[in-house]
Amino acid sequence: MGTGTSGSAAETIPADLANACADVALAGEADAIGGCQARFVAAPASTSEAAALLSSAAALGLTIVPRGSGSRQHWGAAPTRCDLIVDTRRLDRVLEHAAGDLVVSAQAGVRLNDLADVLALAGQRLALDATDAGDVDNGTGTVGGLIATSAAGPLRYRYGSPRDLLIGITVVRADGTIAKSGGKVVKNVAGYDLGKLFAGSYGTLGLVTEATFRLHPKPESATWIAVETTDPKAAADVTRVMADAPLAPSAIELDWPSAAEPIAVSVLLEGDQASVDGRTERMISLLTAAHAGVEPVAGPVRVGRVPVDIRGRPDATMIRVAFWAGQLTTVLGIIRASAAEHRVDPAISGSAGAGVLDVVAENDAAPGAKAGFITTLRAGLAGLSAVGGVVPSVASAVVVCAPPVVRDAVDLWGPVPSPRLMRSVKDQFDPEHRLAPGRFAGGI
Amino acid sequence: MDSAVAADLMQICGADNVITDPQQLRTYECDGLTAHRCSPGVVVLPQSAEQIAAIVRVCAARHIPFVARGSGTGLSGGALPRADGVLIVTSKMRIIIAIDAASRRAIVEPGVTNLSVSKAAEPYGLFYAPDPSSQVVCSVGGNVAENSGGAHCLKHGFTVHHVAGLEIVTPDGEITWLGDGTGAAPGYDLVGAFTGSEGTLGIVTKIVVRLTPIPEAVTTLLAAFTTMGAGGAAVSSIIGSGILPAAIEMMDALAIEAAEAAVQCRYPEGAAAVLIVELDGPAADVAAQTDAVREICTTTGAYEIRAAQDAAERAAIWTGRKSAFAAVGRISPAYIVQDGVVPRTALPTVLDRISELSAETGIRVANVFHAGDGNLHPLVLFDDRVPGEQEAAEKVSGMILDLCIEHGGSITGEHGVGVDKSRYMPRMFGADDLDTMQLLRCAFDPAGLCNPGKVFPTPRLCGEVPGVRHAPHPLVASGLIDQF
Repeated sequence: MGTGTSGSAAETIPADLANACADVALAGEADAIGGCQARFVAAPASTSEAAALLSSAAALGLTIVPRGSGSRQHWGAAPTRCDLIVDTRRLDRVLEHAAGDLVVSAQAGVRLNDLADVLALAGQRLALDATDAGDVDNGTGTVGGLIATSAAGPLRYRYGSPRDLLIGITVVRADGTIAKSGGKVVKNVAGYDLGKLFAGSYGTLGLVTEATFRLHPKPESATWIAVETTDPKAAADVTRVMADAPLAPSAIELDWPSAAEPIAVSVLLEGDQASVDGRTERMISLLTAAHAGVEPVAGPVRVGRVPVDIRGRPDATMIRVAFWAGQLTTVLGIIRASAAEHRVDPAISGSAGAGVLDVVAENDAAPGAKAGFITTLRAGLAGLSAVGGVVPSVASAVVVCAPPVVRDAVDLWGPVPSPRLMRSVKDQFDPEHRLAPGRFAGGI
Repeated sequence: MDSAVAADLMQICGADNVITDPQQLRTYECDGLTAHRCSPGVVVLPQSAEQIAAIVRVCAARHIPFVARGSGTGLSGGALPRADGVLIVTSKMRIIIAIDAASRRAIVEPGVTNLSVSKAAEPYGLFYAPDPSSQVVCSVGGNVAENSGGAHCLKHGFTVHHVAGLEIVTPDGEITWLGDGTGAAPGYDLVGAFTGSEGTLGIVTKIVVRLTPIPEAVTTLLAAFTTMGAGGAAVSSIIGSGILPAAIEMMDALAIEAAEAAVQCRYPEGAAAVLIVELDGPAADVAAQTDAVREICTTTGAYEIRAAQDAAERAAIWTGRKSAFAAVGRISPAYIVQDGVVPRTALPTVLDRISELSAETGIRVANVFHAGDGNLHPLVLFDDRVPGEQEAAEKVSGMILDLCIEHGGSITGEHGVGVDKSRYMPRMFGADDLDTMQLLRCAFDPAGLCNPGKVFPTPRLCGEVPGVRHAPHPLVASGLIDQF
């Protein structure tokens, strides 16, 4: 990258940028995000170098889009402008792994695979299996990208998403100011927790340069127990049995590759071998007792799993549906009915236990059909209400990624709660709207 | 305070729910941290979100500061009223609106007490995990403001991990929802940002909390050691073995002495340290882990280990620990409850340094702490009748916080910053860090009327935001969508 083979022929790197950061180049053809061609790419190697870079970019009025490995760069709306890509590949150091404290600090550009290798030496892990969350990066994603996209896989059921394990964060603001919040201890209520705000903010509030996470022991053994059924109601009942069982599941996943195929519901049990064996036996008997005729299958891999190559294609249309877990049957019904209406047959997979499903529309569906499906799906979800009737919206469908033709036809993010406050937050952190403009919900 | 304000509030909530009598106002002059006192200008007890919104609009229009208060059990003066302001007390908003067992959610009003959520969820085999020691009286709204923890947060997490949606009244009097109860709502995680903001970003009026299946088995172990070092080694060894107990608590000899004097908890005689380890989860796992923890404690030098077999025995073990704060009143006329955090591995060093500090200054310090997550609660004892002793105690208390910062920890693990620790914030964070945090404050409360003077030592002037202002989303402008 950075060979200057594209863009304006007269483009030169501003001296101030080059002075601020040791690695600045003209953007190449590959340096486009969602079709938005960048002019420059800079790769700072430290928080202070990133601060100098952002400060000089601010003086030049440049728009900025952060980039990690690029594995999820097709997620989120395309930026409306992108003068400068800030590439985190040189922010690649694991700063401190305090194994005795079950805490790790790393720079934003550290690859999740590399981080996992370091942690495994001490028998620990960052309990966010984002690599299983519907992308094809096989762990090449970065710490910064994980936070920015709030990616989480099956373990979301037990451990939550990045915001739940992030305990400290260092960011560089739009004007180059370095700020940190949280720290290196898990229990800490001093000051506002900016990590929560930055998790899932898609680079629109600042550049994350360093992060500290809580860790967990890496389990010695893991077993998936799957039940197959053709009935969504039965799938929901199975999910409930798994969730209510006092067997400490780590994940409860649902896989439904297409309307004509059966639904697999799988529960993950982790721990030491004896514990997993004992709980597996109990889980199987609970499932068998609750559903006469079902035959749970236990093994090290998830049976019936929607393949990653379907879920993670860069040109796929992936919709993340979040809902109250108790409404699983209804939500599955809404997804399938909306799809059928527009002649789409998506694959559905995700955490049935946590109420987050990824819906991937097949590639050969007509472009208009996918947009229509999304609109009908959102209308269906908007009709849901929770017990008590006081929560105005209880489900959402966010288009995580989609080809341009779908992007042009729908608002990827859909309605969000409290949009006024979200805009107000953006205005405070990035008053000139130079950070990943247009990439986020509500046009932020 | 202008009597017209009280009149406005009476219009909104009725005369019975507005307090202006100076004697009655004094009831609200402090929260659980009695060192800071201030009688509020007026107290109002609303019964709905709409009433709170109307009250806040009155305050905003008249530019009067307002402070929200739940049960008033906070330990950092977070609910300290303003003499020139309105104190909005949520204790009349106590309805548990609904429980959705299948979704493992409850929707509650802010004045609902923490423990009553668990009681209401119990028939469904569920409970509300965060359990601050004041859980019998403290309110869920207050828990959200403080991001409350509790003895069991080592395994089960803090309030922020158990809140999935919030209805709030913004500081300009609008009712809005943060999140949608799913825990995965699109947009910025304002639920996460709001939780723990100590009442400075708005007032919570409804809370969607996550409920957790009640563990199948619970075992509580009490282990006695002849040195604090041996107890600390046991803690490191337990965590190092990969076991994550629900709680690991530790008390030193002085704290034990106080507890014995107050509640006769009959901990093993001669203990320089006791460790309480609680394990929960699937029955077989708890049994195996109980054996493992026993063995670790024996190896590291425990001379007596007791295991509670039932709820009554468990309560007996916890009695000493739970009474410790109040119990030091038996051995000292006055005391400061400190709350600091250090990385777990720094515990031995920091505890040694605290005892050195104590020896150097002649100020006694009793140590009670959540050892599993390095959260210290040193009780700094002094005699307020002896001139200069309170100042000396406050100095020691402050030096303990400096120790926490020096070792990469925090000035508060669960009690919050409030008014009490705002002056310590610059020791832990730089000016730019504090300025950046306050951008969030400016986004929610540009006028600075919502619980002012808390958390931050110096308020940030929000000013007008330059640059692009609220441009409509292109799809809104083009009429395709109407949600924004």
